[in-house]
Amino acid sequence: MLTDIPGTPVFDGQTSRRGFRMNKLFMSLRFAANRERFLADEGAYCDEFGLTPEQRAAVTGRDWQAMIDLGGSIFYVYKLAMMDGLSMQYLGGVFTGMTEQEFVAAMRAGGRSGG
Amino acid sequence: MAEVIWGLATSHVPSIGAAMDRGRTQDPNWKALFDGYQPAREWLAGHKPDVAILVYNDHANGIDLDIVPTFGIGTAERYDVADEGFGRRPVPDVVGDPDLSLHLLEKLVDEGFDLTVFQELAVDHGFTVPLSVWTPDPGDAWPCPVVPLLVNVIQYPQPTAARCYALGQALGRAIASYDKDVTVGILGTGGMSHQLAGARAGMINAEFDAMFMEAIEKDPAKLAALSREELIREAGSEGIEMIMWLIMRGAMNERVRKVHSHYFVPASNTAAGLALFDNRAGQTA
Ligand SMILES: [Fe+2]
Repeated sequence: MLTDIPGTPVFDGQTSRRGFRMNKLFMSLRFAANRERFLADEGAYCDEFGLTPEQRAAVTGRDWQAMIDLGGSIFYVYKLAMMDGLSMQYLGGVFTGMTEQEFVAAMRAGGRSGG
Repeated sequence: MAEVIWGLATSHVPSIGAAMDRGRTQDPNWKALFDGYQPAREWLAGHKPDVAILVYNDHANGIDLDIVPTFGIGTAERYDVADEGFGRRPVPDVVGDPDLSLHLLEKLVDEGFDLTVFQELAVDHGFTVPLSVWTPDPGDAWPCPVVPLLVNVIQYPQPTAARCYALGQALGRAIASYDKDVTVGILGTGGMSHQLAGARAGMINAEFDAMFMEAIEKDPAKLAALSREELIREAGSEGIEMIMWLIMRGAMNERVRKVHSHYFVPASNTAAGLALFDNRAGQTA
């Protein structure tokens, strides 16, 4: 096991087990037909993939932090964000309590400190 | 015997490819990155290998979490460019080299590296962006056939830095034992410091990156000694993917000559690094 590094979610085996069904849902959004089906009835699509009630609520409510906490891999979660037209900088802002513009400005200023 | 003529370490951030695909390389936020690539691109254009090996990781495009191979190798004749969700990049599909792949596979398995075999694989930005960094205008085809070598860097436990370096060294021996007289370029991709999720998202550690850049040339064994925890702490939860640079470096001679390096912040949420090494200059007499 990895010792805790503050502010750093580590996508390990237990996390991947927890998020397995949800990450599969995100992966399916690579295909336009699936995106259409998802958007037509998001809850039903979540049920089809066997998400837990918490995961279902996180996905349909676009609670990005909760998706990570419930086992989402950022690379998979990002598929949903892309579908919504959101950037990785937007997500970075969500995770750090900033607006997208503030997050971009922090990156352009050399990035946030590693502390 | 085959000979590694150069090694190229480079970030594979998707936005670098997107900036090229959309003609934005001269935008103020990108210009310094692409200007910094130029000396490497010019040198590479004059040193075209017969075949290349590209070390990378997939990002939920060619493979999913059903199977998470720690190390894998493509053995196909062709690799399609993946559609990551909104259309594939407008770049050529990749021509492979199955004979070389199967040779490397056998030699590496003999050395104790039990690679997973990909007979079919769609390659994502982790693969195509480094090819674009090397060759911005490929036309109908990339400069040469390319063999994909995959590494799991997105699900813990990633292979150790030491294991990656050892794999690179075995790869170097496997290349040297190939019976065709071909020249080889090897690409190690990913990095540099970055973290995408968590309260530490957006972290950049320029000091660590500078150390890594220097040591990858002169003292790779020092980097091979870093633990996963140190890598994640110093380079971020995604920055750990720099272990893939060590596979490239391991396949090269002990002494190499740096042709060019470049460091730029930010490529979206990432510190972008490039380092190009000539493998023929450093051979001891
Ligand atoms: Fe990557």
